[in-house]
Amino acid sequence: MAISESRRSFMGFAFGAVAAVGGAFSLVAMKKTWDPLPSVKAAGFTTVDLSSMQDGELRTIEWRKKPIFILKKAADMTKDSKRDVVIDNASYTVVIGLCTHLGCIPAYAPSEQLFKCACHGGEFDISGVNVFGPPPRPLDIPPFKIEGTKLVLGEEGPEYQKMVAEA
Amino acid sequence: MAQIRKANGIVDWLDQRLAVHKLLDVLMNKYWIPKQINFLWAMGVILTTLFTILFVTGLLLVMYYKPDVALAFDSVNKTIMQEVEYGWLWRHMHGVAASVVFLVIYIHMLTGIYYGSYKKGREMIWISGMLLFVVFSAEAFSGYMLPWGQMSYWAAQVITNLFGGIPFIGDALVVWIRGDYAVSDPTLTRFFMLHVCLLPIVIIMIIVFHFYSLRIPHVNNEIAEELDFDLEAEKYMAGDTKGSKVIPFWPGFLSKDFVYISLFMIFFFYLVSFKFGFAMDPINFDPADALKTPAHIYPEWYFLWSYEVLRGFFFDVGGVKAFDIGLAAFGIAQVIFFLLPWLDRSDVVKPAHERPLFFIWFWVLLIDLIVLTVYGKLPPTGINAWVGFYASIVFLLLLIVVLPVITIMEKKGAKK
Repeated sequence: MAISESRRSFMGFAFGAVAAVGGAFSLVAMKKTWDPLPSVKAAGFTTVDLSSMQDGELRTIEWRKKPIFILKKAADMTKDSKRDVVIDNASYTVVIGLCTHLGCIPAYAPSEQLFKCACHGGEFDISGVNVFGPPPRPLDIPPFKIEGTKLVLGEEGPEYQKMVAEA
Repeated sequence: MAQIRKANGIVDWLDQRLAVHKLLDVLMNKYWIPKQINFLWAMGVILTTLFTILFVTGLLLVMYYKPDVALAFDSVNKTIMQEVEYGWLWRHMHGVAASVVFLVIYIHMLTGIYYGSYKKGREMIWISGMLLFVVFSAEAFSGYMLPWGQMSYWAAQVITNLFGGIPFIGDALVVWIRGDYAVSDPTLTRFFMLHVCLLPIVIIMIIVFHFYSLRIPHVNNEIAEELDFDLEAEKYMAGDTKGSKVIPFWPGFLSKDFVYISLFMIFFFYLVSFKFGFAMDPINFDPADALKTPAHIYPEWYFLWSYEVLRGFFFDVGGVKAFDIGLAAFGIAQVIFFLLPWLDRSDVVKPAHERPLFFIWFWVLLIDLIVLTVYGKLPPTGINAWVGFYASIVFLLLLIVVLPVITIMEKKGAKK
């Protein structure tokens, strides 16, 4: 009896081990099925030419289906050495235009030089720093690379890495 | 194999193969229900009816609905509403039932709380019911997304964003749930799968479990009297139907329920026919636009109370971000009701009006939930923000602090 019982528990153990390995692999496969598709990932790069922008102009472009605010700072706008993207001696604010609170899109109020989110009253200054309301952090800066007067969004250039390292 | 003999009819033929008489006894004729219960106990059967309506109308809608960001909006607002014969009826029945089902769930829950039906012996009934509530919420939310209007899109944006608040893995988790960097086609198709396939299966399984969990501790009654169901059932079967304190589910209890279902259906079809707009947000008749946020985002009425708890905390406390406090409070609000049997540790099973402190607690909770619901819809500025803040605090205190204290006081009082 003793022998057959240990055989039985061995069978149980062996089955359990096989099932656990199979189960773990299935979970990995299921997790990956939910990941973004290669075509979605490939569409994650956007190039913008900034040479035509006027001082004080705000341009909203789409990158990875998110709005990106690009603001060319005019002379009277406060510079932010930590957050400004400098291209061709001009300072730009380049931020993901989604409120860091719950992801709504703040509207730009040029007269007050503020980005205001209507949903929960969050406000960001001209450089995208949160100055009022529930947003927990400044507007996020998307990974970028500078190529002459062009900005490539989605790729981490040296300027971006330096900015992240300083922050 | 059992002895199969020549059947004397279709029922007998089935009985020999499927034991239908035994099955009907277990499910209907010998399932005992206490006599002393009021209309509030009919909510379970009304919920079953509503779920059936949602299921059937959903089947009819899914024949024409197209889960594709380019087609979804028109497939609902044009094809179903204007072209499909009676499509408007199925849509409005589906929409109204999805809204009203929460009203009845809340009544069902509050009835359970009022009469102490979650207590010792009945914990599994309560927990399976709360599980149903949570899965129903997920079902409602995933369905709300499908017409791909502005509110659908931004609700999806905000709700999926909430997972970003989870430490370390938050941002990656949001992308994983959406299947894209923003809410888009992969998000719609996977929520479509959840809404029409996975979640309904899960709901049906939990409903079966919820019904089963009633069988052993049995349903509570209006005076929380502890009945010996076997004894009372014997009395009933021996012919003493008047002296017995129980009746069979069928025909006794269900025939009474049919009256309530009929009354409820009058109310339901009044809403479907004349007041369907309340379940249809006007902003959702604008197609989704990823680059324009509506001025004011709010969920459907049944989520307003927990939405208000989420945004009730609007200032940082001692270095902790307001956003994180709100998220934590929101998380607590989602799970705290599961713990009710252990927060209220008093062994006394009595209706609230026989437990003075608990009675006050119950009505304060109800009023607080209503306040949260009302202010959840209002813009969170000025005084509104403060009302929301205090109501959120009161909500958390009531459940985490006041209820355990009340039960400890009750226990001490009982000893004296």
